[in-house]
Amino acid sequence: MLEIEELKVEVGDKEILKNVNMEIPDGETHILFGPNGSGKTSLMMTLMGFSGYKVTHGKIVFKGEDITYMPIHERARLGMGVLFQRPPTINGLKTRSMVEICGRGKAMDVETLAKQLNFSDFLDRDVNHNFSGGEIKRCELLQLTAQQPDMVLLDEPESGVDLESIALVGDTINALLHRGVKHSKGKPHKEANGTKSALVITHTGHILDYITADRGQVLYSGALCCSRNAREILKWIREYGYEECVRCSM
Amino acid sequence: MFNVENMPDNTCDINLRDYDSEAKDHDYVDELSRIETKDADKFLNVGVDTHENGRAGTFIQKDKSVIHCKSCQDGVDLMGISQALEQYDRIGDYLWKNVSPDTDEFTNRAKEKPSGGYFIRAHAGVKVAHPLQSCLYIAKEGFSQNVHNLVIAEQDSELHIITGCATAPHLMSGMHVGISEFYIKKGAKVTFTMIHDWGEKIAVRPRTVIRVEEGGVLVSNYISLKPVGSLQMFPATYLDGKGAVARFNSVLVASKGCFLDVGSRVVLNAPGTRAEIISRGITTGGTIIARGDLIGKVSGVKAHLECKGLILNDGLMQAIPQLSGYVPGVEMSHEAAVGKIDQREIEYLMARGVDEEEAISTIVRGFLNVDIEGLPPKLKAKLDKIVSETQKDMM
Ligand SMILES: Nc1ncnc2c1ncn2[C@@H]1O[C@H](COP(=O)(O)OP(=O)(O)O)[C@@H](O)[C@H]1O
Ligand SMILES: [Mg+2]
Repeated sequence: MLEIEELKVEVGDKEILKNVNMEIPDGETHILFGPNGSGKTSLMMTLMGFSGYKVTHGKIVFKGEDITYMPIHERARLGMGVLFQRPPTINGLKTRSMVEICGRGKAMDVETLAKQLNFSDFLDRDVNHNFSGGEIKRCELLQLTAQQPDMVLLDEPESGVDLESIALVGDTINALLHRGVKHSKGKPHKEANGTKSALVITHTGHILDYITADRGQVLYSGALCCSRNAREILKWIREYGYEECVRCSM
Repeated sequence: MFNVENMPDNTCDINLRDYDSEAKDHDYVDELSRIETKDADKFLNVGVDTHENGRAGTFIQKDKSVIHCKSCQDGVDLMGISQALEQYDRIGDYLWKNVSPDTDEFTNRAKEKPSGGYFIRAHAGVKVAHPLQSCLYIAKEGFSQNVHNLVIAEQDSELHIITGCATAPHLMSGMHVGISEFYIKKGAKVTFTMIHDWGEKIAVRPRTVIRVEEGGVLVSNYISLKPVGSLQMFPATYLDGKGAVARFNSVLVASKGCFLDVGSRVVLNAPGTRAEIISRGITTGGTIIARGDLIGKVSGVKAHLECKGLILNDGLMQAIPQLSGYVPGVEMSHEAAVGKIDQREIEYLMARGVDEEEAISTIVRGFLNVDIEGLPPKLKAKLDKIVSETQKDMM
């Protein structure tokens, strides 16, 4: 699904990503750990093509296509979708319209989608205007549910989400990835181990209690330094901290 | 009295002698459906429903003639100001009591060469279910329409007025001077929505003063999306009674060659009074000066001013917020921002699959989409459509 080769990225004049190699096969969910400031968000913004993240070396291949310099909206149309950590407010644009925009003409029932995310009351509010941390996440997930991307990039989906909603966030992510969701009639979804892939950024690892991961990686000072079972990594980080985790890989 | 200290002087580009105060009379029209289509279309654009559906009354003045006037609501007087001068014996208590004819050359002109205007009065306790609509229309080339409007909301009454101003298509020159005096008595509420659709060469000089007594409420919406040559207005509102409230919303678009200097002043004269001014402006090559002036005279008042401007391509967008507090117990704030569209917002939309151009139009439409209180759904839909078209013209 996604291959990143020797990626180097500058923000401003500073090199933020030093040499990132990564491969996410079809249907796999990868977790990206890393301390604050290690470059996780920058990697995600680069994958989506945001201005300000300058690729100085390497390439990004998505579904077999080199997208390193492709405009943002074309990547989205090709099937890439992002849950942003801090999305901007768009004044005057109702959340309902935003969700419809994400659907790009697909038939869908915005009311029902919103209800599932406990978000009905927000449909008539301006996108992200005065939303709390948790509300922002649910708003992002609602948009992604309408968008139905094949490759989902989630930037700290659990941060700011209260305990009551975190299971809901987890369920929604699983549904997005067509993992472990049941049809209303109780039959497993036909794409139960389907073709949707994900890269989930987490600083704390809490989200792992709710979603299944195929692999984990650690980003440290702009370079990947560990790649193994996500739960193992989390255990290490929790016990010994990131420093130790980095030392182990050396 | 209307206070013009630090009112901008943008009058130099207008020579009153270029305009004619005489116009022929137009015939009275009983049925609005019989109004000429080219005029009727213009009326629709400024909120006038020619079927008079969901309207408590209609007043239409073309050049200097009242061509239609009808009130469908008991307890609401609606007529031309000249008729009111004959019929309403207390008019002397109101007319020119808040605006002095000597204020400037335009008020002077309105006094010397009057050409009508409307009189609206809601009797005590009368609450209209539907808006009244009025339209002041210039059809004659070079005409200067000098109107004087008077709105009185007696104690505990409620009035909703939609007033549209427009010119006939292709008019090359014209001027509109509008003196408006509002008296909102104890516990009364007035919602006033003004939509302008002038021509590219038209000069517009409204001069408005509003007085609000105890517990009274004024909601004023102003929308000018179509090109106008030169517009300058700075209505002054005096919140004289305890707990009086004023809210102003304006949405302005200035294309190349347009000059809009629009602001409001609210004087908070009594405890518990509140004021809010919200303004949105987009320039695509013209000039917008967005002013707001809040004056807190006593303690226990609250006021906020928000002024946001976007510059697409070029043009001048100037936000001039001003706050004056005369005592410690005032709570006043402002928020002003001028600039281009935030790139992060564009890219956020693009990340959902929208191309750049469509992302920009979506943001612009949102920017202009101020939730305006009290608009009938049909008018709201119409305005949304005009916003959409305006936005397309901008790109
Ligand atoms: N727009 C920017 N301008 C300057 N520096 C930035 C910008 N964005 C991120 N950085 C810097 O890049 C580094 C990585 O940031 P980020 O990708 O947000 O890390 P993470 O998501 O892992 O916390 C940090 O040192 C941060 O300060
Ligand atoms: Mg981050």
